[in-house]
Amino acid sequence: MIALLIRDLRLALRAGGGFGLGLAFFLILAVLVPLGVGPEPATLALIAPGILWVGALLACLLSLDRIFALDFEDGSLDLLATAPVPLEAVVTIKALAHWLTTGLPLVLISPVLGLLLFLPADAYLWLILSLLLGTPALSVIGTFGAALTVGLKRGGLLMSLLVLPLYIPTLVFGAEVVSRGAQGLAVNTPLALLAGITAGAVALLPFASALVLRINLR
Amino acid sequence: MLSVQGLACARGGLPLLEGVSFALQAGQALVLRGPNGCGKTTLLRTVAGLQPALAGEVSASTDSIAYAAHADGIKGTLSVRENLEFWAAIYGTRGIGAALEQMNLRALADRAAQNLSAGQKRRLGLARLIVTGRPLWVLDEPTVSLDAASVALFGAVVRAHLAQGGMALMATHIDLGLPEAAILDLTPYKARLPEPGAGGFDEAFL
Repeated sequence: MIALLIRDLRLALRAGGGFGLGLAFFLILAVLVPLGVGPEPATLALIAPGILWVGALLACLLSLDRIFALDFEDGSLDLLATAPVPLEAVVTIKALAHWLTTGLPLVLISPVLGLLLFLPADAYLWLILSLLLGTPALSVIGTFGAALTVGLKRGGLLMSLLVLPLYIPTLVFGAEVVSRGAQGLAVNTPLALLAGITAGAVALLPFASALVLRINLR
Repeated sequence: MLSVQGLACARGGLPLLEGVSFALQAGQALVLRGPNGCGKTTLLRTVAGLQPALAGEVSASTDSIAYAAHADGIKGTLSVRENLEFWAAIYGTRGIGAALEQMNLRALADRAAQNLSAGQKRRLGLARLIVTGRPLWVLDEPTVSLDAASVALFGAVVRAHLAQGGMALMATHIDLGLPEAAILDLTPYKARLPEPGAGGFDEAFL
């Protein structure tokens, strides 16, 4: 299992692995929004939580189709399915590797981008915390979407359509945590719901992903 | 031991083979023959447990099978050694030295797999079988893009595997130099296609 994680991280970091794609997209979005909306600190501070969360979500979406597509093309997915590792563990590791290469860098860079968008000082803690709690759900749900569309040529569009509705609760509660934090309101309820969605997705979706993967490999 | 009884399998919803039965004992090899599209790959995938059988049964634990498909499952940006070490770790076996030696990959061990020739990649894919340490090899066209010397090398590897009590089930068109291997022609097991029109599309609406 650790071997699979190390291999996936190594592949992501080597040439052509696509590491940094989501990060670059997130960065570009946060730099372009002030240019497009105008440099009013009040306006930017108002929309910053939403922009940062939408940016993180789309950055995650961008790299989803790589989770299984490359392994499917070169045949390693068939070989992994016949290897002595449960497919549920394989999809969990794949989701973890996706989070480590996409979600975690987004969390780490988000305070810098908050600065660009005049995010109020009170909100930084909640921005980092909400992304930390929310992005694992994005990776796990995305892995399910990738498993559903594995083997389809140009399945990216279909996968986006399938995955985006499932992302909406995470987006709503994540952005709510940050904007409430920015206004100094209590954040307990959206934070608990956000964490609950992540916990539920991490606990249940690997089984669904493994099942659809088995069907898709037939 | 592998025993297949009355196996029927389908590809894309279309039955290809039915009533296939054979058995393999330790130290035996079976070569599947048949024209393109007759269902060799489908049969091997069914035996490997990647797809369910339409009927019949395969009595081999999937834990004993090492499957090698057309695609080698090689990651181009990893070196030959890293590719093999990954599979060794997945199968919980130690040491890839023997596999490198037997498939004559020692000199290429530190080269990135994307810089290998097609035949060298194939040898790497076959070296994976040795690394798995499993008794039953299920091989789909193992000799594609191998030169004559590598085919002989691979034939020797299979023979050594059989001598250690291993088994090999393979689909191949060329002679591996394994006179002891039994040959099964799949042509007589071709599934009868359903009558066109009977139970067809229109009837679903009647």
